[in-house]
Amino acid sequence: MSVESRNLDADLDSMYQEIILDHYRNPMHSGLREPFEAEVHHVNPTCGDEVTMRVHLSEDHSTIEDVSYDALGCSISQAGSSVMSELVIGKSVDEAMAVHQAFLELMQGKGKVVPDEDVLEDGVAFAGVAKFPARVKCALLGWMAMKDAVSAVLASESAHVSEVATEGEDR
Amino acid sequence: MIDGLLKDLEIVREDFPILKRRLAGDLPLVYLDSANTSQKPQVVIDAMVDHLERHNANVARAMHQLGAESSAAFEEARDKVAAFIGAPEREGVVFTKNASEAINLVARVLPLGPGDNVVSTEMEHHSNIVPWQLACERSGAEFRWLGLTDDGQLDLSGVDKVIDEHTRIVAFTWVSNMLGTVNPVAELTRKAHDAGALVLIDASQAAPQLPIDLESMSPDCRPDFLAFTGHKVTGPTGIGVLWGRRDLLDELPPFLGGGEMIEVVTMAGTTYARSPHRFEAGTPPIVEAVGLGAAVDYLGQLGMNAVHAHEQAITGYLLDGLATLPGVKVLGPLDAKLRGGAVAFEVDGVHPHDVAQLLDSRGIAVRAGHHCAKPAHARFDVQASTRASSYLYTTPAEIDALIEGIAYTQKYFKVV
Repeated sequence: MSVESRNLDADLDSMYQEIILDHYRNPMHSGLREPFEAEVHHVNPTCGDEVTMRVHLSEDHSTIEDVSYDALGCSISQAGSSVMSELVIGKSVDEAMAVHQAFLELMQGKGKVVPDEDVLEDGVAFAGVAKFPARVKCALLGWMAMKDAVSAVLASESAHVSEVATEGEDR
Repeated sequence: MIDGLLKDLEIVREDFPILKRRLAGDLPLVYLDSANTSQKPQVVIDAMVDHLERHNANVARAMHQLGAESSAAFEEARDKVAAFIGAPEREGVVFTKNASEAINLVARVLPLGPGDNVVSTEMEHHSNIVPWQLACERSGAEFRWLGLTDDGQLDLSGVDKVIDEHTRIVAFTWVSNMLGTVNPVAELTRKAHDAGALVLIDASQAAPQLPIDLESMSPDCRPDFLAFTGHKVTGPTGIGVLWGRRDLLDELPPFLGGGEMIEVVTMAGTTYARSPHRFEAGTPPIVEAVGLGAAVDYLGQLGMNAVHAHEQAITGYLLDGLATLPGVKVLGPLDAKLRGGAVAFEVDGVHPHDVAQLLDSRGIAVRAGHHCAKPAHARFDVQASTRASSYLYTTPAEIDALIEGIAYTQKYFKVV
């Protein structure tokens, strides 16, 4: 076996970390739950991976109380949703978005970004995925859905506020 | 030794320079994604380079020597394609961008209205579903389809209810790109014709593998349109073929307006050329046509009966190999005689992307996903599958490498 081929296997092993495979086999927080303020459905049209994602925010919309999901897809996309939910549940929306941003940077870093384990916890296991451009979208599917669902709740809040404001003007 | 393999397979493989490619880790390429796109023989590459180096000019418009040579080469490619499918008339062969454009062309120009219906099937590639859905949305016609049986065949039990006197066209695939099923083209075409409907055949997967001879089909069983793409028959991308009955093509309104498709243009109005130029607005893909001509010539020299026999032999060998693996389930017919060379399968506990990734690390190229056939996957309650597809250059040793690769994948993911 040549040196190059050993590297290829090493790359493969760096993507399929035991942590990722564990999350794939035993996904955290999976299954759709109530209550929730927004539900989104995201697909990766090139490969058909799908996720239905619900978020439940605290009453003042400052904290992510729960994230629940139903995901179909490869090990990377399923583990992505599992790690994401584990990371953001209980965090403030601002903190969760900062973690989202850190994960996005890791994924878009072509394998050259050194992840911060304090921020990303199990998410650091995805560092190897960034070396496989075709799989980055898999890793991001659940994260993008979560962000979209949170945005939907916040948008409905501002819509609600503006609705109230409009009513006030009418009167 | 397996019966039916192409004679001199090792020599044939020498025709395809890419098969000598080494991948990362100095691994040899095992290319099993030919239903996605086929590899190209040197003769196709050379024909295209020669045209660009020595004969390049626009067609039908240039009054100089190069223009004449280029036009002759382009029209000669049409003759070769006509011969490849046994077209009754060369003027029925329209060059398009790909098979999708060929199907869209018909879906765009066929007059449809409320009360009409269009029939497709659940095993189609998206390109033989979506253009018809769009046509029905535009026109108010109804979109209908034939379902599938549990063993992956067209369910013809209710066919007389689905196809009725209001059916304008029945559009279905000859060979499924996901299930591999070979459909009864003559039988279903006759049924459609009896109901007064036209028939369009998507031959994207059939043209590379099966001998096609439209001329020899009796007119009631002969489709009215046939579409396929160049890049799956060892030709280049960027060119596809719509064959149509000439009387129909001459009647139908144009698809795209522009140069070449006209007779007389005035600001008050325009009359249109007859087929095929009627449907070839603008400068066509000239060098791609030359490449396609060389490709179908190449297949003709090998002999499509021999190519078909090879495909069946390799597919049988592949099915036998997959049957030895626990937890591997093939979608579609299990008899190589009843199917084409694209074999989609599931590996218990391992997602297709992960299968494809592991195989790729061993130099084996397969496709993973829904293969642009989501309804067919949904019918069998499968979200995605892995697909290995062979072609005339595939060897039994490559199939062995695939089977070993799947076994390795199962061990890697600890599912066996």
